[in-house]
Amino acid sequence: MTPLRLSTLALLLATAAAAPALSADLRIGLQDDADILDPDQSRTFVGRIVYTALCDKLVDITPGLEITPQLATGWTWSDDGKTLTMTLREGVVFHDGTPFDAAAVKANIERSKTLPESRRKSELASVDTVEVTGPFEVALTLSAPDATLMAQLADRAGMMVSPTAAAVGADFGLAPVCSGPFRFVERVQQDRIVLERFADYWNADAIKLDRVIYLPIPDTTVRLANLRSGDLDMIERLAATDVAQASADPNLAVMKIDGLGYQGVTVNIANGDRAATPVGRDARVRQAFSLAIDRAALNQVVFDGVFTPGVQPFPPSSPWFDARNPVPARDVAAAKALLAEAGIDRLAVEVQVANNPVQQNLMQVIQAMVAEAGFDVTLQAKEFATLLADQSAGAYQMSQVGWSGRVDPDGNIHQFATCAGGINDSKFCDPAVDALLNAARVMPDPAARKAQYDAANAILSVQNPIIYLYHQPWIWALDRKVAGFVPYPDGMIRLEGVTRAE
Amino acid sequence: MLAFIARRLMIAAPTVVLISMLVFGLQKLLPGDPVLAMGEDRDPAVLEALREQYRLNDPVAVQYATWIAGAAQGDLGVSLRTRQPVADLIAAKAPVTLQLAAMALGFALLIGVPMGVLSAVKQNTWADYLANAVALSGLSVPNFWLGIMLILLVSVNLGWLPASGYVSPSEDFARSMQTMLMPAFVLGTGLAATLMRHTRSAMLGVLRADYVRTARAKGLSERRVILKHALRNALVPVITVSALIFGELLGGAVLTEQIFTIPGFGKLVVDAVFTRDYAVVQGIVLCTAVAFILLNLAADVAQRALNPRLRDAP
Repeated sequence: MTPLRLSTLALLLATAAAAPALSADLRIGLQDDADILDPDQSRTFVGRIVYTALCDKLVDITPGLEITPQLATGWTWSDDGKTLTMTLREGVVFHDGTPFDAAAVKANIERSKTLPESRRKSELASVDTVEVTGPFEVALTLSAPDATLMAQLADRAGMMVSPTAAAVGADFGLAPVCSGPFRFVERVQQDRIVLERFADYWNADAIKLDRVIYLPIPDTTVRLANLRSGDLDMIERLAATDVAQASADPNLAVMKIDGLGYQGVTVNIANGDRAATPVGRDARVRQAFSLAIDRAALNQVVFDGVFTPGVQPFPPSSPWFDARNPVPARDVAAAKALLAEAGIDRLAVEVQVANNPVQQNLMQVIQAMVAEAGFDVTLQAKEFATLLADQSAGAYQMSQVGWSGRVDPDGNIHQFATCAGGINDSKFCDPAVDALLNAARVMPDPAARKAQYDAANAILSVQNPIIYLYHQPWIWALDRKVAGFVPYPDGMIRLEGVTRAE
Repeated sequence: MLAFIARRLMIAAPTVVLISMLVFGLQKLLPGDPVLAMGEDRDPAVLEALREQYRLNDPVAVQYATWIAGAAQGDLGVSLRTRQPVADLIAAKAPVTLQLAAMALGFALLIGVPMGVLSAVKQNTWADYLANAVALSGLSVPNFWLGIMLILLVSVNLGWLPASGYVSPSEDFARSMQTMLMPAFVLGTGLAATLMRHTRSAMLGVLRADYVRTARAKGLSERRVILKHALRNALVPVITVSALIFGELLGGAVLTEQIFTIPGFGKLVVDAVFTRDYAVVQGIVLCTAVAFILLNLAADVAQRALNPRLRDAP
């Protein structure tokens, strides 16, 4: 070894020895404040981000949406698809020292199913009984096969809380106790949620942070400014229009992954009196509206090309995406022809849209696009709570909304497109679609399931109860001091392996 | 004096009840459904359970009666969103808003009063025009714009102050002052303009008064005449205006708190309105109303104590 090489090696070793200590706090800027911190009661997206650090689940997902072990190390299905036997991880304790075992799993699933305030009841509706079959083995007996169950157990329904702490009932969320890598320290509503490293975590070696502090900062500009000034270490949901600026900052890294959800325009087809319009009654009119939109241009103009144009409930990155149904090119002539076929020259329609600049900008561009085909769109900007209530009550013709998306395909389509679906504000109803989607719920074979979704989507893309527009990616911006973060399509912030240099 | 206070309190009680009814009624007129606004999922059984839990299915009169009966005993209910008791939330936010209001008023007085005096003394000179121009821009520049510009300049580019957040003075006094400096300044500049205009017009009136001429005739220095004789009297209306401004600030500085993410009343109430967290909105408005009424009463009592001419007035 030459002296030069030796000295280089020495230098490298010295640098390694003097490498900045990995430790300290990670400050994460969230778009909203979480609601109650009880996995059984919680209903917000940001709440789920906090649980990712606070509460382990029976199973998790991989970035490719495969189910992977977490507190359950293995599982098997019975042949009839009605019994799920899970083997549990040994040596796990909750933050209060209560051991995690089969009895704890039974208590948790029963809590989700019976707590009066539980919002998880329908997610676990297929589970009839939970049986402790060994100290670290449980068997879930289902009333009918349920292909969506594993995805539910990879989310809030599968989060395990300490049965000891859960004895307080509905107020558990004021001081939550789970078994995740971080334990709850304090929460100041609208200000911060503080968690600290849990020393007895089963996978403690993967955790390199002492504390995590979540700070809700709704304004995207302010959130980014806080990151740039060093007051935050990472932020979620960076605005598409800020991506270029953040990428140009040498101190920041921008990470992006396709999400699971979509944005679209829901059309009132049979939800009360306001449905009695040509766009509500005639599928050709809806198709004309869809054809008049140039989704690629929309993405360039409104979202700086960061988003993904779409015409399905699943983004192209999803295993459930149907490649045979790509985004069609804009075709104004075809749109006009369809309108003429429906006996319409020009049609006035009202579209309600959330009163934020991005969504309004989006709808204004669409307004201009569809005008060329013969639609005179009036935009009704509404504050979001009002928009949702009006949409649910049928007080709208068309409504620009979206869905954050679920791991299992069922979550993106069943409740919107089946006749009695909980979020079917269009009130679109087609027995054929119901049959396809209901059958897909109980099919264990993914390939067979996919055929069902493809067939349902083929019908929906003609009927267009929801005119899909684009898929929103999750975009994070991080200080360069933060390393090891892996984006997941569910938008969660998993902290295993994440480090922050001093 | 005691009779006066008792009389005023007797008038205040029905006012508070009226306000509580108004707040409750107006909220129910708001379009939007709290159980839809609080989460994305929409399982009909869950929505119904939530409506039952928070008694949203009861007739409005029953809901009001339940709430006001609790409120009279100090129980303002729990947040629909987080289950935290509303009284706890208010207790946690009150010191934050109080600190911001006090510091903002401090800035407003420090900037507004000297500028008002200067422009009155130097009436129709360039100093007057400049002070007026500054005041006009203080009034015209929106707080959110000034706030974001300051964050970009002071925090992002210069790195002098934290961009946002809040630290309690009891926890870390220096840090608390640092985080509060920019928001208090932003909030204070707009108010300084108001105070400057009031100081200026009061000073102009006083400077023409006979006793000021007498003071000058006695050969007192101009400095002494202005600061000792004129300003003292000119400050009376300024103090009244300041007290009113302070009362308003206690309701929370909505935009400033949003931009600097200060967890005070303004941010709490706005977020609560957007998610239709009725209990929180009602609780804060009620508390603010009561505080405002008490502040007004205190101001009146103080005026009576200080000004003998008012003592015999009913």
